[in-house]
Amino acid sequence: MVKEILIYAEVTRDNYIHTVFFELANKAQELAEKLGDAEVNALLISKPGLADEYREAFINSGISKIYALEDERFDTYYTEYFAKAAVDAINEIKPEIMLIGATNQGRDIAPRISTALHTGLTADCTGLDINEKGQLAATRPTFGGQLMATILCKNMPQMATVRPKVFKPAEKDNIKPAEIIYKMVNLNDIEKKVELLEFHKKLTTEINELDSAEIIVAGGRGMKNDEGFKLLKEFADKIGAAVGASRVAVEMGLASHDMQIGQTGKTVTPKLYIACGISGAIQHTIGMDKSEKIIAINKDEKAPIFEISDYGMVGDVFEILPQLIKQF
Amino acid sequence: MKIVLCIKQVPDTSDIKWTENNTIQREGLESIMNPYDVYATEAALKLKNMPEGTEVTALTMGPLQASEMLKKAIAVGVDKGILLSDKKFAAADTYATGKTVGTLIKTKIPNFDLIICGQFAIDGDTAQTGPSIANTLNIPQVTYVQEIISYDDGSLTVRRELDDGTEIVKVKLPALICVLKDYFEPTRAKINGIIKAQNSEITTYGFEDLGLSVDEVGLKGSPTYVSKAFRPAPKDVQCEKITEIAALAEKIKLCGGLNG
Repeated sequence: MVKEILIYAEVTRDNYIHTVFFELANKAQELAEKLGDAEVNALLISKPGLADEYREAFINSGISKIYALEDERFDTYYTEYFAKAAVDAINEIKPEIMLIGATNQGRDIAPRISTALHTGLTADCTGLDINEKGQLAATRPTFGGQLMATILCKNMPQMATVRPKVFKPAEKDNIKPAEIIYKMVNLNDIEKKVELLEFHKKLTTEINELDSAEIIVAGGRGMKNDEGFKLLKEFADKIGAAVGASRVAVEMGLASHDMQIGQTGKTVTPKLYIACGISGAIQHTIGMDKSEKIIAINKDEKAPIFEISDYGMVGDVFEILPQLIKQF
Repeated sequence: MKIVLCIKQVPDTSDIKWTENNTIQREGLESIMNPYDVYATEAALKLKNMPEGTEVTALTMGPLQASEMLKKAIAVGVDKGILLSDKKFAAADTYATGKTVGTLIKTKIPNFDLIICGQFAIDGDTAQTGPSIANTLNIPQVTYVQEIISYDDGSLTVRRELDDGTEIVKVKLPALICVLKDYFEPTRAKINGIIKAQNSEITTYGFEDLGLSVDEVGLKGSPTYVSKAFRPAPKDVQCEKITEIAALAEKIKLCGGLNG
């Protein structure tokens, strides 16, 4: 029997397929090869007609089948509707592996699905592999990012979530016409108990600043206070960079949560990443170590951030930054 | 209203030391209340007078020492503490934890209205246990809650902070919410709160109280298991140390494409 790897194809609020789907589909091709006799398929939960509309987009992702669950009630995401539909379909499809993007929606739905299926879910994996026994070996940072753990799952499907940008989408089109298989949807007994009253979309500049920035200047514990972050912002403005923060800085109230880079924040891949007063715990570096070049400024010459940096300056950020600002 | 506040004691991961064998040195590692659960506590306390007579029960699963954290929660205004503790619960993954905690709530606090969890725990960083509890209890969930706006006749209105924007949603209770952060300063323990905490009894439940089988809890009841844990290998880059500000500025211009 052909084994299946199922990828959750998240439909965003603006009605497109979330980019993380293509990243996971590409990684899953590699896993399918290692599994042998396996195919990569998509699970699409949407309002009627979207599967057909998206067929083109899916063609480039190398998947074989789109399992389409369509219903008028899937017009906007509601946890219980989507989870029920997914669970019913997965019980029929019986995939070996199910991968979900660790987006807001993915993190909301994945544990509902795995709990209902009585199976395991490994969150925010940074590495996926097939071991010698044919099991999914999911590697993730744990213990505040200080330790890496490879986690196996004894039930099926073996589920994992992966953050956007951890894996790369296919470099060239992997053209394969995907077959659409419509699945029955039964939501009869679920009452919708959450009502969306308002939605305020973030401005494009707010959303994309860190995602698309070529240069990011990020601050950590060493920035100490609001004055420190003001300095950081001044420097960033001077060189046209976006401002990011480590989790500690967010917890200290110096930066907002959407500025957080690292395991519980964003993953970024700018041309240049300048880490100021950031020690470099794995919790943070996991979200930025794929930057093209990394420059670190830290007063502790033993700080682990220097181990992943191309250039480093040992010293007090409060002395270095004002001087640096004058250079631009 | 009856609120169940789910909190977790976690090691202070910001200060980890390694042994010579590359394992984490656990002795002397301080335990703290998970920071997101501090926000969850704030959210619960904010709801204490809406409506009048709201009762907040803090619940944790962990070793016996975790009762200290429950007492701290009582000191800041929580009414009662429940500790779920048993050697059989050890090494539970998020599935087994969700089932154990969910089953306890179902059997011992069946008339709850609201369950509040932190969005993440900083040791595991999974954000899975809350939704897993909600699924076990078959109730709706609202994740990424940044602010509680109002309570009105069996429904709660909250603000969710998401990557693409902000949602205001109204959820019919009973429900579970996961709290990201609240816009309030953490409450400090007051003298009468500390006295109350000292005199309070923490109710402790164990494996026998749940009616689950041994195969459903702890490591045995966990579908996932750790096959290996290792210290991440340092990346293979040579860091060139720079001492002159002008030289540093040059590197920034070069790497950031700022020349010309």
